Amino acid sequence: MDMGKDIFEVTVNGLKLVVIFLMMVQAVPILVWLERRGSAFIQNRLGPNRVGPLGLMQLLADAVKFLTKENFVPDAAKPFLYYAAPVFALIPGAVAFSAIPMSTPIKVGTFEMFGSTWGPYTFLVQGYDIGVGIVFILGISSLAAYTLLMAGFGSGNKYSLMGALRASAQTISYELALGLSIVGVIMLYGTFDLTAMTLAQQGPLTFQMFGHTISTKFLPNWGIFYQPLAALLFFTTAFAESNRLPFDLAEGESELVAGFHTEYGGFKFNMFFIGEYGHMMIASGLMALFFFGGFGIPFASVLEVETWARGFASTEGGASAIVSALHFLSFFLKFAFFMWVFIWVRWTLPRFRYDQLMDFGWKTLLPWALANTIITATVIFIASL
Amino acid sequence: MPLGGIIFIFVFIAVFGAFLLWVAAKTGGKSKYHPVKNEPYECGLPGLEKKDTKVSVKYYLTAILFILFDIEIIFMYPWAISFREFIATGAGAFVFISMMVFIAIFIFGLFWEVKSKALEWD
Repeated sequence: MDMGKDIFEVTVNGLKLVVIFLMMVQAVPILVWLERRGSAFIQNRLGPNRVGPLGLMQLLADAVKFLTKENFVPDAAKPFLYYAAPVFALIPGAVAFSAIPMSTPIKVGTFEMFGSTWGPYTFLVQGYDIGVGIVFILGISSLAAYTLLMAGFGSGNKYSLMGALRASAQTISYELALGLSIVGVIMLYGTFDLTAMTLAQQGPLTFQMFGHTISTKFLPNWGIFYQPLAALLFFTTAFAESNRLPFDLAEGESELVAGFHTEYGGFKFNMFFIGEYGHMMIASGLMALFFFGGFGIPFASVLEVETWARGFASTEGGASAIVSALHFLSFFLKFAFFMWVFIWVRWTLPRFRYDQLMDFGWKTLLPWALANTIITATVIFIASL
Repeated sequence: MPLGGIIFIFVFIAVFGAFLLWVAAKTGGKSKYHPVKNEPYECGLPGLEKKDTKVSVKYYLTAILFILFDIEIIFMYPWAISFREFIATGAGAFVFISMMVFIAIFIFGLFWEVKSKALEWD
C-alpha cells in the first residue's frame, strides 16, 4: 500500500483524505446558504436573513433541525437499502474529488521529532495521484447511479422507483456525451494524468501548425481555446450528471413529489444533498482543470512562480508552501466561479420535459460530441502534415 | 496506484456516514408507529399498489443501448491518448483512417437506432 515510506507520511496522507472529505461536507451548508441567498436576489426577495448576521447562522439552525427529526422507516421499505443509500451517496463525490490536483506539491525538509530524524517529504495537494485520473473519476462518479437505484428500490414507493429509474436512465444517457466530449481533450493533451494536463496549460497560448510555432501574448494557454465545443458539451452533461436543474427530472418536484428521496427526511435527506453538491464540485473542478488551466496562474508558469518565491523565502520548504498557496488560490477562484454558475443556471433556466431530455442527450449532445472528436482528430492530423 | 488511500477513504466514509445516521437516529425522537403514517407516500389518498410498480421497458432498452455505445466510446480512449505518438512515428494516416471507419460504424449504429424509434419516449 504505497501511501508513503514511513509512518509520518502515511498519517499525513490519510489525514489529507479525511480533511478533503470533511471540507466537502462542510462546504455544503455554505453552498446551500449561497444558493438560497443567491436565488433570493435573482428572484428579487431577501432569502434567509433572520438567524445571525446575513442569515449565516441558518446553516447551524438547519443542521440542528435535521438532527432532531424522528428516525422514520416506511413499512414498505427494504431497511438495508433504505439506510445504505444515503451513506453511499457520500462516497462517489469525495473519492473522485480526492483525485483532482488542487495545487503544486509542498516540500518538507528534514526535521527532528521523537528523537529521530524525519523527511524529506513531498506532499501533494490532492488526495492521491492516480496516473489514469480521468478514467478513475469517470468510473467513480458513475457509481452515483447505484445510489439513486438503491434509494428508489429501497423506499418501496412508486414515486421513488420512477424517480430513480428516470434519474439512472438520464445519468447513463448523458454519460455517453460526457465520455465522448473528453476524447478531444485527451487527444489534445495526450495523457490521462490530471497534473500533466494542468502543466500543459501553462504560459501564453502557443501551438504548432504545419511546422510553425504560433504564439499569442494576450491569451493564456488554456484548453478552452483549443476545445470550445468540448467545454460546452462537458459542462452541459455535467449538469445532467449531477441531477441539477435544468435536468432535475429525477426529482421532478411537481409530478414525482420528490423522486427518489420522497420517503427520506431529516439527516438522511441531508446526506443525499451532500452527494449532489459533491457531484457539482467534481464537475467544477474538472471544468477548471480541463479547460481553464487547473491550478495554473494565468500567464505565469509554475517555474516562474517558484523563481519569484525563492527570491524572498529562506528555505526550500517555505518557497514551496508559498507557491502551493498561490496556485491553490488560483484553483479555488476558478472552482468557485463554476460552483456559482451551477447555482446561477438553476435559477435562470426552466426544466425540460422527459422526452425532450432524452432526445437532447442522444440526438443532440452525442452527435455533437462525435463531431468534436472527428474535427479534433482531423485538425491534429492535418496540422501535423 | 495508491490503492491503500482509495480503500481507506471508501471505508472511512462508509463508517463515518453510518455513524452520522446513528447519531441522527439517537438525537431525533423515536418514531411512533401509525399504520397510515407508515404507508408509502401517496398524496393523502389510500395507496392502491402495495407491491413494486411495473415500469416501462424503455428504461431497460436505454440501459442496453448505453452499454453498447459506452463500450464503443471506451475504445476511443486508448486511441486518443496515443494518436499524437502514432503521428510522430509516421503511422498517423493509418491510425486516423481506421478510427474514422470505426466512427462511421458508430454513426451508422446511432442513425439506425434513431430510425428504429428505439429512443422515442411517449
